[in-house]
Amino acid sequence: MLDIVFIGLSLGSILLLVALGLAITYGAMGVINMAHGEMVMIGAYTVVMAGIWLHLGFIASLPLAFLVTALLGYLIERLVVRRLYGRLLDTLLATWGVAILLQQAVRLEFGLSFLRIHIAGLGPGLQRVTVPGWMTRAIPVGGDEINTYRLVIIVVTAALALLTWLLMYRTDFGIQLRAVMRNPRMAAACGIDVERINALAFAYGSGLAGVAGVMMSGFKTVFPDMGTPMVVDGFLVVVAGGVGSLIGSVLSAGILGQVDGFVAQATNDILARAVVFALVILIIVVKPTGLFSFKGR
Amino acid sequence: MSLDRRSLLKAGTLGAGMLATPYFFHRTARADDTIKVGVLFSLTGGLSIIEKSLADATLMAIAEINASGGVMGKQVQAVVEDGASDPKTYNEKASKLVVSDKMTTVFGSYTSASRKAVLPVFEKRNSMYFYPTYYEGYECSKNVVYTGAVPNQQLSNFIPWIIKNLGKKKFFIVGSNYIYPREMAKVCKILMKQHGAEYVADEYLELGHSEWGSMVNKIKDSGCDAVLSNVVGDSVVAFYREYKNQGLTHDKLPICATVTSEIEIAAMGPEYAVGSFTSFPYFMAIDTDRNKAFVERYRKYVKDPKAVTHHALESSYFQVFLWKQAVEKVKSMETNAIREGIKGQQMDAPNGHVTIDPDNLHTYLTPRIAQWQSDGQGKIVDAYKEPIVPLPYVAYGETPTNLFCTAKGLDVKKLRKS
Repeated sequence: MLDIVFIGLSLGSILLLVALGLAITYGAMGVINMAHGEMVMIGAYTVVMAGIWLHLGFIASLPLAFLVTALLGYLIERLVVRRLYGRLLDTLLATWGVAILLQQAVRLEFGLSFLRIHIAGLGPGLQRVTVPGWMTRAIPVGGDEINTYRLVIIVVTAALALLTWLLMYRTDFGIQLRAVMRNPRMAAACGIDVERINALAFAYGSGLAGVAGVMMSGFKTVFPDMGTPMVVDGFLVVVAGGVGSLIGSVLSAGILGQVDGFVAQATNDILARAVVFALVILIIVVKPTGLFSFKGR
Repeated sequence: MSLDRRSLLKAGTLGAGMLATPYFFHRTARADDTIKVGVLFSLTGGLSIIEKSLADATLMAIAEINASGGVMGKQVQAVVEDGASDPKTYNEKASKLVVSDKMTTVFGSYTSASRKAVLPVFEKRNSMYFYPTYYEGYECSKNVVYTGAVPNQQLSNFIPWIIKNLGKKKFFIVGSNYIYPREMAKVCKILMKQHGAEYVADEYLELGHSEWGSMVNKIKDSGCDAVLSNVVGDSVVAFYREYKNQGLTHDKLPICATVTSEIEIAAMGPEYAVGSFTSFPYFMAIDTDRNKAFVERYRKYVKDPKAVTHHALESSYFQVFLWKQAVEKVKSMETNAIREGIKGQQMDAPNGHVTIDPDNLHTYLTPRIAQWQSDGQGKIVDAYKEPIVPLPYVAYGETPTNLFCTAKGLDVKKLRKS
């Protein structure tokens, strides 16, 4: 029983890890960021490249991946997204285009593969990430064995969720961001630099995706398309939890993870996936604004 | 009036002649200096991970043939198309190669889905398709030459060996949810029953699924003593990693796989697979000078000193040479001639001796079992002395003395009886 609950918890934490960044870019800023999955992918490739070229270990790559993807997110906001605020469908198309660009840049090694130049760590193939030995063991707990890697993911996710909560509710930046979320024009009238807040929030959301990428790289496969299915799961969590609500995302990730884990154990993974989708549809039908929601822009 | 009609006729003939002439010139000019063949693999999309290497091996074989004088003294020119990991695109590109480029030979496909998508094009327009991947069998086309393994060449040695040498009695069968793993599972069950073993579960995950927490937990609780994996693609990596992370070891509960190749091992890190088994006719570690030279040449060709070779890649390579031999035997690039020429064609490939079966156009291959080592290579622990006959309908009762698929086509009556 403990093992099933643990797997559910782990599934939920993985969902939340990807959804946290989306909760900010989609939930708070009203941007449907289709490139979020690609940020996860870039984060994973950062570990691969850092391992090959800088000989950095897995844990040491975490802050680096955050910086790289945050910077990339900042650039995307400055170049593309800032021109599209308030145009929800346009942000979807534009960021989808960015997503394809990023995927192809990695696959074609920034175009160098046409010149028959190969950069180790890039290209269409599967990449390997070496995980420290202590993370690949199982710890015996009361008759069951707990998977260390999944435990680390749960801890990292909890830490990031707490950090995000502190940032949103205990800092000046957070107050300004929440003001921009509710009413950007009123916030601007109060002297808040809306453009700066938006850019920083987008960068932070992207940075979270980068960290998620590092954690994914250690037990999933690293390849250019890896982010695409993750962004779908991320949106499920955010929409079911209520757009703009951090606590909603945490709870809906937890619920969906447990449902997935229990149904998969009782029947099979394919059915579990269908049940999760059905549950999300049910939530949206009964509560169109999600489990937790408030009025925003 | 009659004059009018006559001038009209004249103009008509002239027009027709003018239309025909450039085509005529074009054709003779082309036929003189080169022979064109199609190369159809996914160079973009999710499957490009593996298919790119198959395209590389094919092009390398063509380059080697050209360097040693070409086919019938003519250089071979490859027309490369991208299937983009999408069966629909595969079908369109195949139509382009066969209908507008008038190719009679195309090398291509990795997945069964893409092969099934192009099959109607090759059968309707009568052109030859060379397919290099191990697959589920249950196909008897006169327009496809199959150079990868079929279930009897991967499983008829594997299951009895596991039962006899490892003493395993209870299998957990796990696979990706599509035709190949499901057909493989069918053959597995027949063989397990024949050799006095049983299976405790037969489970599937979506293709591309990378969340293995629940499945590995189920394996743990199932009471099995071996896992038979027909898992395909990037899921393989997540599977082996989760397996070790949950504390399972291959010396107690080995994963015995039919798809896990050098590519997946390199991607997951060998430490996750040490001690597990795979059955294939070809492994990179085959210790012959011919294979070592092949690996060396391939690494040089793709400019990657760490590149790995694997079964489908090796088949992509040698099938081009079999095609060359067939064309030179019949001295024609006409489809029916190539089909006659390829029958019984044989050569020494990197994996050993290969022969095209004159009946079903599949390939005689040597089954081998390897145990994965910490250097990412498979140590060959069991191998047949000689290549065995390919039986694409083995799951339905086909035996070497009772073939379902012959030169005349598929014997539907035998299939129905089973």
